Amino acid sequence: MKIEIKAMRDVFIEEIYHRMHDDNSIFFVSADFGSPKLDILREKFKDRFLNVGIAEQNLINISTGLALEGFTVYAYAIAPFLTMRAYEQIRVNVALHSQLKEININLIGVGAGLSYDVSGPTHHCLEDITIMRTLPNLIIFSPSDWVLAQKFVDYSIKVKKPKYLRFDGKPLPQIYHHPEEADLVNGFKELNKGEKVCVVATGYMTHKAVKIANLLIDRYINIGVIDLFILKPFKEELLFELLNKYDCVITLEEGFINKGGLDSLVSGVLDRQNSNLRLKRMGFEDAYVFDMGSREHLHKLNHLDEESIIKVIKDFLQEL
Amino acid sequence: MGPHSDLIEFLKQKALWVRKETLRIHKIAQETRVASSLSAVEIFVALYYGKIIKFDPANLKWENRDRFIISKGHGAISLYPILADFGFFEKQELCKVGKEGSFLGCIPDCIIPGFETTNGSLGHGLGVACGISLALKRKGVGEKVFVLLGDGELFEGAIWEAIMFAGEHKLDNLIAVVDNNKVCMLDYCKNVLDLEPLDEKFRIFKWKVEIVNGHDISQLYNALMALRDDIDSKPKVLIANTIKGKGVPSLETDSLSHTRNIKPEEIDLLIEGLK
Repeated sequence: MKIEIKAMRDVFIEEIYHRMHDDNSIFFVSADFGSPKLDILREKFKDRFLNVGIAEQNLINISTGLALEGFTVYAYAIAPFLTMRAYEQIRVNVALHSQLKEININLIGVGAGLSYDVSGPTHHCLEDITIMRTLPNLIIFSPSDWVLAQKFVDYSIKVKKPKYLRFDGKPLPQIYHHPEEADLVNGFKELNKGEKVCVVATGYMTHKAVKIANLLIDRYINIGVIDLFILKPFKEELLFELLNKYDCVITLEEGFINKGGLDSLVSGVLDRQNSNLRLKRMGFEDAYVFDMGSREHLHKLNHLDEESIIKVIKDFLQEL
Repeated sequence: MGPHSDLIEFLKQKALWVRKETLRIHKIAQETRVASSLSAVEIFVALYYGKIIKFDPANLKWENRDRFIISKGHGAISLYPILADFGFFEKQELCKVGKEGSFLGCIPDCIIPGFETTNGSLGHGLGVACGISLALKRKGVGEKVFVLLGDGELFEGAIWEAIMFAGEHKLDNLIAVVDNNKVCMLDYCKNVLDLEPLDEKFRIFKWKVEIVNGHDISQLYNALMALRDDIDSKPKVLIANTIKGKGVPSLETDSLSHTRNIKPEEIDLLIEGLK
């Protein structure tokens, strides 16, 4: 089967564009951020597309007002600015209101992790999982490919709650061949059934986990890979059932570790299930990344390259 | 005495009653921001008892209601007696402000019938109101969106994002009222960052501006009516010049009035003295 490489945002926006023909309640709001696929949308639906300018706080506030009046709103911006410049607007106007009122706001942040590698630390987004996860009433979607992103369109319209969609900024190959392969209610998918060691990854890092699993199979090592694409809410017991078949769990994320990100999420699952599974957290240590270079280069500097991850896996296996 | 002066007299009596009720609430809930609430009394009275805004306590989601966003949440204690009087909730709830089991907080939120949004954190209301205003236009709903802002709140950057937005998008169904009581928490606003000339700032951002004495109910009523019915394709702002702590002499001259409480034992005497 042909693997297609596409940007999540393009696929998602194109699908929204199609839905807007029949669904008059959809409103798309951008903080002066685009996509090739957005051009046709903003041309066709001038009355339901809005560019608020480079003003993320107002993006959230305007979107809240629209959603309070019943519109299905997509608020679109660069991920670190959407989540961190406008964090208190998201807290007060989105998370807090949604506990009392039905509001369907979909916060689309583009540029998860190191998507904007060479743009430096202002554009890196290593905190978003941590800070968005702490807000009650918010659904967090962290897709690994465009197939999932496309599948999520339907969910975003039907589930009338606030959501944060963290999209990678780069076009990525598909991981899923059919949308049916992923269950949005479960929130995760075991992409590879392995033994002893299981890697739990999200977003871009799922690609790396799959690649490593494929490399290791040539060396007769079969690791498990789980793609956690809905960070909140997901079926915790079901995830634990899968994890519990292994001896060790490695979390892999393009985010800070030991602060509430994917690693803490998995660690919380293990705690609540009184599990003795060993856990290794792989991500960024407590420092911003000023180094210049490709995403792979930055991974290497931060011990997230294939070799470093394989070494952690092998060390685990030797200790067992 | 024509029908208009009868109405103004009625509004004055209501304002006196609301001011007294505000002090009574402060007596039982000392954490309420009484000075900030007292400056907004006549604004609330004109809007509700003057029938400037359309509302239905029996149908909070009525599509044809006017939306009223109280951005300066701190000052909204004065609205509690009004909402109770109109039947949004039972009057006895006013005795429970800030108490266990009550839905009436010392700073209000949208769990209270009659409040559209939650605004304990300043600077959010105008942007949300802009979104509502735009939504009503797109839905073809002709009703208005009112917003109460504090002048101290205008230091928040998000307010200016919204001011720019409203003017540019000609949100002519949006009517903001600035309770211009000149005092923020630690000082007079002008000693922090001088907001004047405030009217010019709004005009430059393409708003229609009117200025009134915010304690003169007749001026307030006439200006609000005129702005509500104005067909100019601009957002409108009424700068209501007020006195923080209005009605309590010790607060009226205090640059720290925002944080001052009035001792419960002094309140009955103050209420008696109000005219």
